[in-house]
Amino acid sequence: MNIDRKRRLFDLVVWITSSLLALSLLAIDAQAGSRNLAADNATWRAECGSCHVAYPPALLPAADWRRLMGSLARHFGADAAIDAKAAAEIEAFLAGNAGRGEGASDAAPRITTTRWFRHEHGQLSAAVLGSPKVKTAANCAACHPGATSGDFNEHAVTIPRG
Amino acid sequence: MPPAVSRPLSLLAVAGILAAAAAAAATPGELQTGYEAIARKETPAFAGFSASRGAEFFRSTHGNDWSCSTCHTAKPVVQGRHAKTGNVIQPLAPAVNPGRFSDAAKVEKWFKRNCADVLGRACTAQEKGDVLAFLRSLN
Repeated sequence: MNIDRKRRLFDLVVWITSSLLALSLLAIDAQAGSRNLAADNATWRAECGSCHVAYPPALLPAADWRRLMGSLARHFGADAAIDAKAAAEIEAFLAGNAGRGEGASDAAPRITTTRWFRHEHGQLSAAVLGSPKVKTAANCAACHPGATSGDFNEHAVTIPRG
Repeated sequence: MPPAVSRPLSLLAVAGILAAAAAAAATPGELQTGYEAIARKETPAFAGFSASRGAEFFRSTHGNDWSCSTCHTAKPVVQGRHAKTGNVIQPLAPAVNPGRFSDAAKVEKWFKRNCADVLGRACTAQEKGDVLAFLRSLN
């Protein structure tokens, strides 16, 4: 009886401790996410946003951003070279607000090859990602209407059909 | 009340800002004159720019997959779309989009990038001037 009660108490303590730990980890994650996704810089927005969604710095670690900024003249099949002053400002902004997780698993630092991206988007079929309205998994704004202002809330997601 | 000296000083500051803005701003015509000066040096036989030659250049591929019109459309008085990202590209013709060809540094940035993608090399002043003549002929 006594042992049984002790065991139940122990189970309760373990349960509460692990719940608190999980909650605090979630809170840290959410806090980091919201802070970094809101990071803004006018040069980054204008230059990166002229061809695609200006991808938030939190989506890649600093090492990947530096690799990307070091090869802008060969940027995923296009020349995206910018002057040295703008490049330095953008690189400092990206590295200063970069994510802390794992980086891209591809030789090129593609956000779509990171483990978290594949986890979040794994349920989408190739037909959806390759449809005329989406074209590529890199086209955030096709499904995330607030993407250009850093809003990736999954409750706002609408997946275009056809 | 602010000291009397502040007004002339602030007027000077405003004048300075306007002068700096004027130095950066350009018109499509001024840019074309600039290309003409370079083209004359590059090609002694330079015989002017041609809108029809520019149109042909703009709509043709030059050894790579893309032409200018792949993203900008064959008659860029309308919006285009980036061939890869699908991003909307505002019309290039200055008649329908007055912001175009109004900033020399921006124009050179895009010629550098896009000529590298379309031709695999830099464009000559003759080619840039011909394309600008074509775009200025649209309305």
